[in-house]
Amino acid sequence: MSFVQKKRLTVFDWVNYSLIGLISLLCIFPFFYVFSVSFTDPKAYVPLKFYLFPDQWSLDSYRYILSTNSFLNALYSTLYITVIGTILNIVVSFTMAYGLTKRTLPGYKTLMGMVIFTLVFSAGIVPNYLLVRELGLLNSYWALIWTSLTNAWSLIVIKSFLDSLPGELEQAAKIDGASDMGVFLRIVIPLSKPAIATFTLFFAVMHWNTFFNALIYLSDSSKWTLQLFVKTLVIDANSVAVAQAGSSDEAVMPQETIRMATIVLSMLPILLVYPFLQKHFAKGVMLGSVKG
Amino acid sequence: MKTANGGNLWSRIKQHRTIYLLILPGVLFFILFKFVPMWGLLLSLKDFNPYLGFAGSEWVGFAHFIDLFNDPKFYIMLRNTFWINMIGLVFHFPVPILLALMLNEIRHESFKRFNQSIVYLPHFLSWVVVASMTFFILSADVGIVNKLIAESGRDTISFLSNPNYFWGLITAQVMWKEAGWGTIIFLAAMAGVDPSRYEAAVVDGASRFRQIWHVTLPAIRPTIVILLVLRLGNMMDTGFEQILLMMNPLVMSVAEVFDTYAYTFGILQGQISIGVAVGLFKGLVGLVLIVIANTIVKRLGYEGIY
Repeated sequence: MSFVQKKRLTVFDWVNYSLIGLISLLCIFPFFYVFSVSFTDPKAYVPLKFYLFPDQWSLDSYRYILSTNSFLNALYSTLYITVIGTILNIVVSFTMAYGLTKRTLPGYKTLMGMVIFTLVFSAGIVPNYLLVRELGLLNSYWALIWTSLTNAWSLIVIKSFLDSLPGELEQAAKIDGASDMGVFLRIVIPLSKPAIATFTLFFAVMHWNTFFNALIYLSDSSKWTLQLFVKTLVIDANSVAVAQAGSSDEAVMPQETIRMATIVLSMLPILLVYPFLQKHFAKGVMLGSVKG
Repeated sequence: MKTANGGNLWSRIKQHRTIYLLILPGVLFFILFKFVPMWGLLLSLKDFNPYLGFAGSEWVGFAHFIDLFNDPKFYIMLRNTFWINMIGLVFHFPVPILLALMLNEIRHESFKRFNQSIVYLPHFLSWVVVASMTFFILSADVGIVNKLIAESGRDTISFLSNPNYFWGLITAQVMWKEAGWGTIIFLAAMAGVDPSRYEAAVVDGASRFRQIWHVTLPAIRPTIVILLVLRLGNMMDTGFEQILLMMNPLVMSVAEVFDTYAYTFGILQGQISIGVAVGLFKGLVGLVLIVIANTIVKRLGYEGIY
């Protein structure tokens, strides 16, 4: 920051701090509002009235949505795809990125070229859809898992990271008679723990937030992911999803509080993990910025 | 066969056999999911009939592309893509820079970190959540802003269905979601500035503003240039998920872009060949733009994408 000789705050500082405070309030407000309405007692909620704080607090909206089969199905789908997808993402990305650090590999240039090419051109939405259809993966969780197995940006960042590991460790291990696989598993992977942590979070968030792929590949509503469920319930204003509820037998609930609760639930894991996300992701951006 | 690297090619391949094993899953993925679909691009030159399959459908040459260029919708999509990008460039691109400058000037480290945490948060949300929040804030019937307006007796404003607001709305959403996160790369560059440069500026009589202008900004100039040029290289891209979620029949004329068209006509309505053709056009133009952008960045002496 620029140099100020006096210790006390100047006008500049006051203005700056106020503006930043205002910006932060703007950022936070939508969260606050959604939380606020979601905790409002549905029975006391008047749909057209302006609320900032709940008149009466209640967890009923949450109880309701957590009891519906459609929500629980969506949660299961999303968890399945996120957990399995992320594990596969890490395995495939780190093995391939490690290979990309071996510049003496015959065919290296082609390999690297292939990866970089995907950064600048892609076949497009329809050809990818057709492929998934041909492979018989339509309406399967695996359509989402296989199609997002890894990507060029991740490979480049992980490769940068692996390049930064000291080469002497590998050489020393080789002299001691370790095989290539041994070096990878016993030296490189343990040293890569920070990058693995960062990318586990990165891939997990990616899967959790995936919308479009789920939209085109999952036609069976019982297989929908959380994002599709939220979109249908909130944006399509589709009351069918609510009416399809499982065990709840209560009278018609005002949709707004339920929809808000749904939004909150879909964000919850990310909000809970956020402190870790922030720390690791910011570092990841730094690594990535080396390559632009 | 001896190669320049010394040693037989076959022996070098054998030497690296474990590496080949390690990269196998990734390579298979790239070939299958990135390159095989490119065969599908040929469908833009055919009149795809699902019953006749790929081989059975007849070749029509560039007929689909000619139809595309003659369709007024094409120019609407081009215009929408252009303006969404332009407005984003003018209004959204500078925001992370300004915000980073402001954050950089905060004297209290804990206040700075606290606010950074807040502005980074929207980046981690899905577009479904962002669109949902937008809906509950700006909607004409249930949005909180309009509720406030209605209670004060005035007419509600249709933020979400008025075509005149759409581009601004899209840009504002992107700003809310990404501006905070975008400061990271600038803050990192700013953190690397030698404090003595500021002290020297003060000795020369510089105010806070002048210090920022003469010391901080030049430090991030390379970053700004690279990001700007690469941004221009991505002009064919629009926030596809975002637009898909915010689209409605009333704003179609300003919202339709190539990707949404490929989705609605190509996938939903099964007009495969048209969908492929539109996607191919967008992809090729995008490729040309990014190659130009990357070349410019490298000519300026910086590291490009490749």
